[in-house]
Amino acid sequence: MYPDEFDYYRAESVDDALDLLDEHSGAGTTELLAGGHSLLPAMKTGLSSPDVLIDISGVEEMQGISVDGDTLSIGAMTRYSDLLGSDAVAEHAPALAAAVEQVGDVQVRNRGTIGGNLAHADPAADLPGAALASDATLVTHGPDGEREIPADDFFFGMYTTDVGPDELLTRIEIPSADGALGAYAKKPSPSSGYAMVGVAALLEIDGDGVTSARVGANGVMDHGVRLSPVEDALADGALDDETMASAANHAGDDLDVDMMMSDLQASNEFRAQLLEVYTERALTAAIESGSSSAAAD
Amino acid sequence: MTEHDIELSVNGTTHELTVESRTLLVHALRDELGYTGTNVGCESSTCGACTVHLDGDAVKSCTLLAVQADGAEIGTVEGLAEDGTYAPIQEGFQKEHGLQCGYCTPGMMLAADDLLERNPDPDEGEIREAIEGNLCRCTGYQNIVNAVEFAADEMGEASSPEMTAADGGGDD
Repeated sequence: MYPDEFDYYRAESVDDALDLLDEHSGAGTTELLAGGHSLLPAMKTGLSSPDVLIDISGVEEMQGISVDGDTLSIGAMTRYSDLLGSDAVAEHAPALAAAVEQVGDVQVRNRGTIGGNLAHADPAADLPGAALASDATLVTHGPDGEREIPADDFFFGMYTTDVGPDELLTRIEIPSADGALGAYAKKPSPSSGYAMVGVAALLEIDGDGVTSARVGANGVMDHGVRLSPVEDALADGALDDETMASAANHAGDDLDVDMMMSDLQASNEFRAQLLEVYTERALTAAIESGSSSAAAD
Repeated sequence: MTEHDIELSVNGTTHELTVESRTLLVHALRDELGYTGTNVGCESSTCGACTVHLDGDAVKSCTLLAVQADGAEIGTVEGLAEDGTYAPIQEGFQKEHGLQCGYCTPGMMLAADDLLERNPDPDEGEIREAIEGNLCRCTGYQNIVNAVEFAADEMGEASSPEMTAADGGGDD
């Protein structure tokens, strides 16, 4: 399988990428190439046939992980393998770290990027739920400068986000969740490994109680969604398995089952069931992550 | 259509070549440079038969444009043996019967080699996770896991000061 012919340009900086986007905005379709693990397979099967590819994977200012005060900042072109190797990500964004662990396989994680994942907005990708649970802010650059988009407003639908055609996602900022408990539970598709249902949970705790919770899911609807009724049921509750199970029963309360994803492997009704089960698993895994890290201390 | 002059260092040998934008790394390696040990399997980043090392990391060369690898160090199965002597991972696959048809084997060995670079003493779970991206339809994986464990033991012994390299693997 060969992709259709296209022109390839390598951007050296954010400004360079924006100039290239502008230069090629008129003729045909232009795609940004990050890790390439969604785009290149789509190009090989003919699902996508861009005329121009702008490779942004090597832009240095879009790479790397840093902590500034209470904010974890991750360059959009940071690869999954670098996120997994980062103590800062594990400490400040435990739900994200847990989700990244379950993306693809070793080879995929050596190439794929956090920004590529979020900007591509595959409904079954593993990171939208974690971005929502982590209260991430997605920062884009465009001709008019920088925009900060809360994860809650970022995902519009299947493969559709708030990133404009003349913009690129440059970094992801996450408020530190140091001390919170995070986890991700996923039912992978037996063929593709993508999430039939994936739930990311972040629990802020105080002693034996949950002070607040953020829970996000992917694979269920046509884009990542917050599970607010679960969050409400957890807030100011006990940090125990019973409370988690009863909160998980509310996972689908705000979601229309008729609008859930449905395919050969899982009908929408089955996904609704899976959602409750995997919400409970994510929540109990978050508790377990706390007891295992306490044991390690 | 644009063409690009690129430079690839494959197993330590530098090659200069001209590729189309759309040329995938696996095709540049096989068709342009003759490194046919790297296999083309599913062509959809699932099976791992095309796994090579890109600057030391295992990647699927069917999901990478050759032009993206410009200037990179590529490692393929042809580079595993040194001076006609099998690398520990190759010896492991031979001794533990880690292959039947052999199609997945080059990619499987490069994925395993990448693991052993990062983690010289992996447990079975870590080995299975490391080869999650490589499909084998013959062995059922158990002998592959054994082969990787063999290689880890061999490399552990080779790096321990009491042993000499000549002591390894001469028992058949």
